[in-house]
Amino acid sequence: MDQLVCKNLKLGYENITLAEDLSFSVEKGDYLCIVGENGAGKSTLMRTILRLQKPLAGTIEYNDDLTASKIGYLPQQTIVQKDFPASVFEVVLSGCQNSLGKHLFYSKEARKRALANMERLGIADLAKWCYRDLSGGQQQRVLLARALCATEKMLLLDEPVSGLDPMVTLEMYDLIDKLNDEGITIIMISHDIACSVKYAKHVLHIGNDFFFGTVEDYKNSSAGSKYLEGGHHHHHG
Amino acid sequence: MVDTLINYLSYPFVRYALIVGVLIALCSSLLGVILVLKRFSYIGDGLSHVAFGAMAIAAVVGLSDRMVLTLPITIICAILLLWTGQNAKIKGDAAIAMISVGALAVGYLLMNIFPTSSNISGDVCSTLFGSMKILTLTKSEVILSIVLSVVVVILFVAFYNRFFAVTFDESFAKAVGTKTNLLNFLIATIIAIIIVLAMNLVGSLLVSALVIFPALSAMRIFKSFRSVTVFSAVLSVICALFGIILSILLNTPVGSTIVVTDIVAFGVCSLIGMIGVRGK
Repeated sequence: MDQLVCKNLKLGYENITLAEDLSFSVEKGDYLCIVGENGAGKSTLMRTILRLQKPLAGTIEYNDDLTASKIGYLPQQTIVQKDFPASVFEVVLSGCQNSLGKHLFYSKEARKRALANMERLGIADLAKWCYRDLSGGQQQRVLLARALCATEKMLLLDEPVSGLDPMVTLEMYDLIDKLNDEGITIIMISHDIACSVKYAKHVLHIGNDFFFGTVEDYKNSSAGSKYLEGGHHHHHG
Repeated sequence: MVDTLINYLSYPFVRYALIVGVLIALCSSLLGVILVLKRFSYIGDGLSHVAFGAMAIAAVVGLSDRMVLTLPITIICAILLLWTGQNAKIKGDAAIAMISVGALAVGYLLMNIFPTSSNISGDVCSTLFGSMKILTLTKSEVILSIVLSVVVVILFVAFYNRFFAVTFDESFAKAVGTKTNLLNFLIATIIAIIIVLAMNLVGSLLVSALVIFPALSAMRIFKSFRSVTVFSAVLSVICALFGIILSILLNTPVGSTIVVTDIVAFGVCSLIGMIGVRGK
């Protein structure tokens, strides 16, 4: 079943078009990796799917009871967060804000969900730690747990491994893979093309070349082979 | 000294000053945490100058209750500043500098062209730095201050979880359907109310200190948003009480005495924070 169908999307800001004529769909349990050059509109696409901004043209269809507020989002970290005095539990619990409704305070179920997701990502023992005192990898786990509090269906991850060291990066990829195995749809923006191709099921390449299809087809496509090779050179050089 | 204090406390206006002072300190410190973390400190500073200009207009027009004018003007400016910050044609910080310095100049000019008393520099000085001695408020000002403070505290508690969400990560909050624009406007309005209230106590130039210092002090020591908020409120109230009493006993201007108390508290908290980090 298709959870998300994007048709003829045109993305950008008032006078600047970043990407045009994007059509693709994401089915339940999919693992889609969005790749492309800097400035190709990857983050803009993600913000558009989340309804943080409107597409210049085209439509996005949400199925499977998937309103935008039921999508979990892992944004890139902001400067504000770097020295924010908040405990890990407070941050994770804030992921339940879409279930607040008209209530002022979080329910018992919300607190339970926050604790369960911390267990799930192995950060339960950090509950009382201050967010700013954590390592980069731990901070990402906290934000991932927060995103999981918002949804059990779909996660949008904006460069989840940027700035992490290689070991922690691998752990993070395994973690995301595990969540995908549990049935959560993953849409991820990545610079790390070699690794993304290893884990993803589908690839969306935007920018100078356009590609949408399975990972196998991407490897054989002109856009994919060019990009993958470039990626390899980069690694060795 | 204790006798002097008890003697002073028998006057109603001294008791009023203590009550209002404590309430203002409480409100300003609560919102101070959000202001500092949202990087809105500069808006608070700009707004206090706007409030000065509004105060001057109120004086010239001859309003006995000046808050009737200063409050709406400051609220409108707060919303305008926030709005221009988001749709930046003029850059946010430049817009604030323009409005705040403009308000200062216009205010001072008005007070000179239409003098309401023979002692203009005294009037200006007390508007900028707060009352020379003890805070003197009319009864209606006291009642309004109490009502507004209670409203601010209730709003803060009611929206605590949402304020936290929108302060920590506005993109995420918006993505999961929280009405972030509405919350930002609410925050701006509350800030405007606090600034107008606090101006009576410490004067427009020192308002920011009252808002920022307790929050920064608490952030030196505590590690969760809730403990930072609670401690900042407690610290602010203690400093205000201490500052007001000290100003009575030493016969010093009340605003700057409170702010100096806040500075000392910040120093102590920084020291505790540093020792704490080293001990880890």
